[in-house]
Amino acid sequence: MYKGQSGMWSWLLHRITGLGVLLFLLVHIVDISLLNFGPNVYNEGISLFGTGIVRVITLALVAALFFHSFNGVRIILIDFWPKAVRYQGLMFGVVLILSILAFIVLGIFIIAPIFGVNLGNMPAGM
Amino acid sequence: MRISSGYGPRPAAGGGFETFSWYFFRISGVALIFLALIHLFLNHVATDVSCTSYQLIEIRYANPYWRLYDWLLLTLALLHGMNGLRVVIDDYVRSRGWRLTLQSSTAIVTLIFFLLGTITIIMFHSVANPGTICPPTHF
Repeated sequence: MYKGQSGMWSWLLHRITGLGVLLFLLVHIVDISLLNFGPNVYNEGISLFGTGIVRVITLALVAALFFHSFNGVRIILIDFWPKAVRYQGLMFGVVLILSILAFIVLGIFIIAPIFGVNLGNMPAGM
Repeated sequence: MRISSGYGPRPAAGGGFETFSWYFFRISGVALIFLALIHLFLNHVATDVSCTSYQLIEIRYANPYWRLYDWLLLTLALLHGMNGLRVVIDDYVRSRGWRLTLQSSTAIVTLIFFLLGTITIIMFHSVANPGTICPPTHF
């Protein structure tokens, strides 16, 4: 068994989050294709995304997407900037911190409506 | 030692499909950072997800460049993701029969979802009664 460290874990997380986001993408293309059936069908489908349970599941997607994006930038830096590989562990730490911060910010916007908190992004009210 | 020599891992020499794939991941990845994160912002922060209704899309798609934006996001994300799936299958599936099955399924699914998404974006049109901009959510 290869006992890797941050390099291995970052690779594994990148792979897992990538597959997770891909799975969501396929579902998302299908739910948006409801547009082809008109406003009633589509809006009914969209209302599912506003429910509490789906909002919580959305948090998982958001976390995966942020990590995958930021770690992707780290990978690009390692590939194209000669000195970067020396800092790969540090960069992994930065990636994790940025992912958590971005997740918290977006998470607030996604979860607030469950508690009836309107952060100004629902024009017609709830 | 490889680390002290500088640049990170490079794809195998030869300039074939795998080399293209290596560059494609990174180039599409950079584009997707902007495309996807702005998409998240627009649909969860600027507007709540429960308000991303038919009417909102009518308003947005009045400007054709939003269709282009969405189509680029669709195409790049799908290709980036499915190429990733291809690599993962490559890593774990050894049997010839399964490789044929899974890799061709990946290609077919890519094509189907690309066509479905493209048709949705192209064919979306305004209607007489689009409904409210924030339809009620049943919690």
